[in-house]
Amino acid sequence: MTQMKKRSNRIDATDRLIITATQHGLPLLARPYDEIARQTGLSAQLVKQRMSAMLENGIIRRMGAVPNHYRLGYRANGMSVWDMEEARIDDIGGLVGGLYFVSHCYQRPRCLPLWPYNFFAMVHARSKREVEAKVARIAHLVGEASRSHTILYSSKILKKTGIRLKERREETCSD
Amino acid sequence: MQTLNEMEKKLINGWQKGFPLTKRPYAKMAADLQISEAQVIELLASLKERGILSRVGAVVRPNTVAASSLVAMNIEPDELDYVAGIVCAEPQVNHNYEREGELNLWFVVAAPSLEELHVILARIEKRSGYKTIKLPLTKAYHIDLGFQI
Repeated sequence: MTQMKKRSNRIDATDRLIITATQHGLPLLARPYDEIARQTGLSAQLVKQRMSAMLENGIIRRMGAVPNHYRLGYRANGMSVWDMEEARIDDIGGLVGGLYFVSHCYQRPRCLPLWPYNFFAMVHARSKREVEAKVARIAHLVGEASRSHTILYSSKILKKTGIRLKERREETCSD
Repeated sequence: MQTLNEMEKKLINGWQKGFPLTKRPYAKMAADLQISEAQVIELLASLKERGILSRVGAVVRPNTVAASSLVAMNIEPDELDYVAGIVCAEPQVNHNYEREGELNLWFVVAAPSLEELHVILARIEKRSGYKTIKLPLTKAYHIDLGFQI
């Protein structure tokens, strides 16, 4: 799996500048890279070169339209969490992470005794029933590698924004 | 729920990756969709305004440019709104969900460094009187190829 290869995590100040300038999206102007160049003081050529290099080494996963699942009717949003056998977790991750209805799939530490789950797969669906059916498909894939699992539903989105590199004091809860 | 026309669906399904790194990227998309560059820009602006797209741009791998962690809290139900307010007030909390279960408040914090992340969490603990449970990701498996609608 290519995304599991160890890659360089390093970015320099120029890369960081570009990511910060584009974190809310590229400008919807005919020449968006020219505008980023103007904002950062870099040349448009360098902006494109660096973005291309970051795509190449996996720092940028993809570039394009970033849809909001919730607004598209995928409102059930269940986080399935699994108590997974360590020895199997990478194999299972490769399988589950490739499922089209899984939007995030991560290994995380347990926090015993309150939190026994070490594997997270976020399932997007239109209803709780559909989430459950999809989680059942994951359970089938996982088999005995998982000791137990559950689904956490969000009863309320309190705040949802993109990543912020710089503090923005004007942010509020109402987003 | 928002309804999309055929062109909007085509755009969203076809352009979640591969956004051109060329001088006029929207013109390239326009050629693919067989509409004008101005129409592409207008369509994207409308999708953004309606909240269907959160942005057009790069999806950056987590923990590359920032230190982030998923955090859970176990809050008494009658204090949940109050604590959620404290959490939301932190500018660097970027997702905050109320969830069913014992751990009923979940959020993601992203800070420029691990030290700053810990400062934010310490502040939340001090203000709320509750402990935070940090669940940072140790490995990502998802192949983010976008999402078909």
